[in-house]
Amino acid sequence: MIQTVAIAQTPGEARRLGARAGLPPATKPLRDVFGEALLEVATHNPRVVVLDGDLGNSTKAETVRHAFPERFFNIGIAESNLVGVAAGLAACGFIPWITSFSSFLLCNAYDQLRLAVAMSNINAKILGSHGGITLGKDGPTQMGIEDFALVGGLPTVVMLVPCDAAAMKAAVRAATDYVGPVWLRSSRVALPPVYPADGCPFTIGKANCLRQGDDVTLIACGIMVAAALDAAAVLADEGIEARVLDLHTLRPLDVEAIVAAAVETGAIVTAEEHLLTGGMGSNVARIVAQHRPVPMRFVGLADTYTESAEPDELLRKYHLTADDIVTAARAAVRAKGKR
Amino acid sequence: MDINRLYAMARQLRLDVLEMTTLARSGHPSSCFSATEIVTALYFGGLLRYRPHDPRWPGRDRFIMSKGHAAPLLYAALAHAGYFDRSLLWTLRQIDSPLQGHPIQALLPGVEATTGSLGQGLSVGLGHVLGGRLNGLDYRVFVLLGDGECQAGQVWEAAMAAAHFRADRLIAIVDYNKFQETGPIAREMALEPLAAKWESFGWSVLEMDGHDMAAVMATLTESARPPRPGRPTVVIAHTVKGKGVSFVEADYTFHGRALTPEQAARAREELMR
Repeated sequence: MIQTVAIAQTPGEARRLGARAGLPPATKPLRDVFGEALLEVATHNPRVVVLDGDLGNSTKAETVRHAFPERFFNIGIAESNLVGVAAGLAACGFIPWITSFSSFLLCNAYDQLRLAVAMSNINAKILGSHGGITLGKDGPTQMGIEDFALVGGLPTVVMLVPCDAAAMKAAVRAATDYVGPVWLRSSRVALPPVYPADGCPFTIGKANCLRQGDDVTLIACGIMVAAALDAAAVLADEGIEARVLDLHTLRPLDVEAIVAAAVETGAIVTAEEHLLTGGMGSNVARIVAQHRPVPMRFVGLADTYTESAEPDELLRKYHLTADDIVTAARAAVRAKGKR
Repeated sequence: MDINRLYAMARQLRLDVLEMTTLARSGHPSSCFSATEIVTALYFGGLLRYRPHDPRWPGRDRFIMSKGHAAPLLYAALAHAGYFDRSLLWTLRQIDSPLQGHPIQALLPGVEATTGSLGQGLSVGLGHVLGGRLNGLDYRVFVLLGDGECQAGQVWEAAMAAAHFRADRLIAIVDYNKFQETGPIAREMALEPLAAKWESFGWSVLEMDGHDMAAVMATLTESARPPRPGRPTVVIAHTVKGKGVSFVEADYTFHGRALTPEQAARAREELMR
């Protein structure tokens, strides 16, 4: 069953994430799209190998197991070893895709990611699946709500957070083509198409501007991009024109786009399915504070773990909805007036 | 094989390690001394195939210094093997030097893995074996582990996986010098029965006196054959921490500290005997 994500307290069709922005309904879980994209790069590039922590059926890395069994290694429930083996394969000229849940990889194998991947600057790709809270009912032990912060501590690693199917496909291609370590967040849920199929312009380190506006900029990544577009539609009805940036690369940050947002719109709201501490917003704020301080507001998880529930219930309870972005944007715009 | 020539090289490596760590006023000379005959046999006894002027030659045998604190020994061996000029050794741990306190992969030619957080090298070695298999290459991968390092869970994750993947070109060597940072292994966190542990993980187990060069050559040669096709091999090397310098052998607290210039002079004298 496809798990779709709803927003806000409004009833019916308007509750659906992306509806207010006019986005079509989601059709396929992001992890399924990852599996297809991984198979595509493995088909085109015989140097691609896939390492699995016994979750290939959940991450969807198993597509490669079926097609190219000799290039697929289930290392078992042993993430530390998994990352080390991948480093050896990378040293032999292969492009290893290290795949598991974000939380298990980062928390069981951070030492190995630090030495064998980041410090060695090897050409490995890391799929952190089930990022954020929208994996839902499996609960907080499985949720990766600290991945931006932890990968942030690995200074050579590029960090990608696609917001829909087209972006996921483009991100998997870009990560595979890039020479060096890359982290890619994937999600269990289906996200509404922000971009046309195969129509996502994706340059690592270059944010995509999805909507023009001069009153405030909404900077979002992952699932919060669609929520930001919904929020922009609501704000437009109130006469606030919001710029929306899809910040699909969290490292390297698109400093130019962030500074332009501060200079040209004078207020910024960030939105992420991640802890606020050490998250995307705090890194954006560092750029803004240095180059052009303007009022900012932050949508993300306060210092808390969440719980087992439906994804849309969690997004509402923990304040990761379009309505939360709208509230934050109003406050940022008001603060701008007081300067 | 001229055993005396190998002993002479082992002595030279110990002298270089002593010089490097004394100059750097830091490092782990005693951990290098327990493994010196092993590393000498590998690089200078014809056990490793390598091309110092083509350090990334795909067909090379790999040596991974998983006990990364023995970096000075690795660096000295690489210098004498021709990977870089020996004068670089005296820059160990100095600013702008590629000779980091613990090895960083590819920062220096011949360094195959970043190590220093113990427990990681065997996994990387297994990755090299699997990569060699995919590339149709028949090289071998030797990984030198500390004995205390065998307390790390990742070592046993790798041991399980290597047996599962029938990685019989993977050879682990345990430098069993019986001491870890804070004291005797048997007192701090016992490893015994160590051979039985490896055996139960599906490995062939060989044991040797890690300072008897003829035994080291014979046992490592046997390990590379391998003794049982389809199984990885571990060589448990019984060694002495600080081997070659009497007052270092007698005091495990030399782990993690260099000798003073005065101590170094005495040590040099003993090593030259």
